[in-house]
Amino acid sequence: MKSSGPLIEACSVTKRFGGVCAVDAVSLSIRSGEITAIIGENGAGKSTLVKLLCGVHRADEGEVRIDGQAVAMNGPADALALGIAHIPQELELCDAMSVSQNLLLGSEPIGRFGLIDEDQCLRQARNSLEKVSLDIPLDVPVRDLGHGQRQLIAIARALDGDARVLFLDEPTATLSPAETSILLEQIVAMKTAGAAIVLITHRLAEVEQVADRVMVLRDGHPVASLTGDEIERSEMVRLMVGRDLKPSEEQETTTGEVRLLIKDLTSSAHPDPIQLEVRAGERVALAGLVGAGRSELLEALFGLRNRTGVVEVDGITVPPFDAARSVEMGLALVPEERASQGLALQMTVEQNAVLPGIHRHGRTLGWLDRRAGEQVAKQLVESLDVRPAATDLAVSDLSGGNQQKVVIGKWLALHPGVLLLDEPTRGVDVGAREELHQRLMQLSKDGVAILFSSSEMEEVLALSHRVVVLHEGRITGTLTTSTTSEQQIMALATGGDPR
Amino acid sequence: MRDERKLLGILGVLVAVAMVTALFSPSFVSAYNIENLLRRSALFGIIGIGASLVIITGGIDLSIGSLICLVGCLTPWLITVVGVTPWLVVPALLILATLLGMSHGMLVTRLKLQPFLVTLCGLFIYRGITRGILADNTVGFGTEGSALRALGNGRIQLPGIDGFALPAPLVILIVIAVLSWLLLNRTVWGRHLKAIGCNETAARHCGISVDRVKVGAYALCGLLTGIGGVLFVLDTGSAQPSNFGNFYELYAIAAAVLGGCSLRGGEGSIIGVLIGATLVQVLRNAIVLIDGIPDSIEFAVIGGIILIAVIADEAIRRFTAANKSMK
Repeated sequence: MKSSGPLIEACSVTKRFGGVCAVDAVSLSIRSGEITAIIGENGAGKSTLVKLLCGVHRADEGEVRIDGQAVAMNGPADALALGIAHIPQELELCDAMSVSQNLLLGSEPIGRFGLIDEDQCLRQARNSLEKVSLDIPLDVPVRDLGHGQRQLIAIARALDGDARVLFLDEPTATLSPAETSILLEQIVAMKTAGAAIVLITHRLAEVEQVADRVMVLRDGHPVASLTGDEIERSEMVRLMVGRDLKPSEEQETTTGEVRLLIKDLTSSAHPDPIQLEVRAGERVALAGLVGAGRSELLEALFGLRNRTGVVEVDGITVPPFDAARSVEMGLALVPEERASQGLALQMTVEQNAVLPGIHRHGRTLGWLDRRAGEQVAKQLVESLDVRPAATDLAVSDLSGGNQQKVVIGKWLALHPGVLLLDEPTRGVDVGAREELHQRLMQLSKDGVAILFSSSEMEEVLALSHRVVVLHEGRITGTLTTSTTSEQQIMALATGGDPR
Repeated sequence: MRDERKLLGILGVLVAVAMVTALFSPSFVSAYNIENLLRRSALFGIIGIGASLVIITGGIDLSIGSLICLVGCLTPWLITVVGVTPWLVVPALLILATLLGMSHGMLVTRLKLQPFLVTLCGLFIYRGITRGILADNTVGFGTEGSALRALGNGRIQLPGIDGFALPAPLVILIVIAVLSWLLLNRTVWGRHLKAIGCNETAARHCGISVDRVKVGAYALCGLLTGIGGVLFVLDTGSAQPSNFGNFYELYAIAAAVLGGCSLRGGEGSIIGVLIGATLVQVLRNAIVLIDGIPDSIEFAVIGGIILIAVIADEAIRRFTAANKSMK
């Protein structure tokens, strides 16, 4: 090793998205022969920090240095040329192409006449699969493989590229225990061989097991850097959570009728049958980490995703995979991605407001009932205090918080009996969040059953009566919000023991 | 495996249509008809390969017919009216076609315009220019360039067989098909082309210069279209700018889709395109030959067959996907 200085450094890098500061003046040094873990709650800025370090994003402030030199990278190809490999959470493989073609994509060996040397390809591909102890045929398309195997192929790809720094974003999130231990062994072996490895993970047991250095992020800020014996599970949980949140004081007991009943629900994201009921006036939170199957559960309930099992609304069975029927039976889903799933951004507030019930507003020969539409939109704007209070404004001109009010409001116009919300206040400023919370509480007092998922503990604790914790598609615990703690939820969400 | 099944399926349809046609019209299997069918199939196979290269990237080229018109009309016009020597005309026009294809690629990659729009404009522009240059007059070779014309309408006698000869374009197609197959399946460029169609982000993350590969695909499509345009006019002997090459882009796209190309990109095989091109020509031929089918419904028949093929493909895909998820 020529120098003992850091291989790659972030020097007080800052990145904002819109008004939100995702990463705020974070400095981090990564050395060869070390495994650095970056941990933090959902939305703490881990992935953004990594994307800054490997050229996917550019820092608004601060700089990234490699071997002490400031560098400006334009995309992953530049980073790759500098020996930095990034394996994102969403794997980037060509599904229809074979294992060996994927492994060698971009670095195919050339033989005679400028043609690809197929024999050499197979040899190299076999070699790199051996490195990750994966024994599969080389000619099957990668779409036929399981997620764990695909993950290992992506890692094998990175290992082949002679990367000096390897960033792994949640590499074990979808792996089986056996695959996980193979992967961790590989990572340790690479470290011993002198590579620098950065691990972003929610699985604190793995961090304890392999990390030499841990950086804890919270809300985009660095809160601590741990080394050696300081790397200890309960300490990490404490640092990640950081605050002592009180569960909501409001303790009305919920003895209403069961409005939403889930019996033996399974889907591609939920291997074990799920049982759950939500009563009139009750607010139930779904907590869990990325990939725990929260959004998928809401989608399955609403009929956007196939499922088995029984779902009943007010005692009437809801057919699976039929969102139109679900709406008729009084279900509504406020989706996670406001821009892509919740709104037609170029259309006006009014046009968005009437979209879910458009066929009810305009019954005469399919003509739109413009007056009824205006009525619905006006009521939405008034009841949720959308600002500016104009119904003919394109939704894209509203702030995030007001857009979210439109998404929620368009469903309220149909008076749903069961309201499903996926991250009800993501990307919403504090003031609007408070307003939305008040509105949701009012709704449940009026007898609506609310089931929502949230990655923010604060919201889970402030808004729910009960918390259902999911881990890898399975319910790991159901907690009463008034008697639980953030630590307890986190422990269940990471698949550990709640003590 | 799925690809092979797809090929077998479309080959089966081809054989079935040919057999039915032969049953209803004995002249289908006459040496004269077979020879003509092969000639047409070869010509459309060449432009089908061009279209498929673009389709594999997830793009589309709608300008093929108009580019054929441009090249096809300018070839006799430059030779007979302007008086340029044929051996200069053909290479110059092929270079022109390649550059036009390349310009489509540049607009798609640099300005991020949609391939549909770029080539739709090409469709209008090239035909308009051609009609302008020729003032809508038909041009022919007359007595000129007869040596050159052998490339299009030439017949290569096979020893010991009377009445049937190999059409020259078939030989050209075979050469082009072999080269394209090697390019697509055995070169780095071809591998990258498929990868881009499969997952452009992944390709970028592998350090592939996506833009260069894409521009190459459009340029090659231009070149193959140019070759097709020259051969078409050498075969027919004359061209009318207002209708020469009309709808040929659709025949080319149909050949590519029938041959297993997905318009989403990433999938496609040269052999499939050849079978697809042949199937389209056999269908056209069958409509002409079989009594009782009015020639005027040609488009409806072709459209119907493509629709059935696409539905069958989708049904098989869902069936296998459902089977897999049950396991």
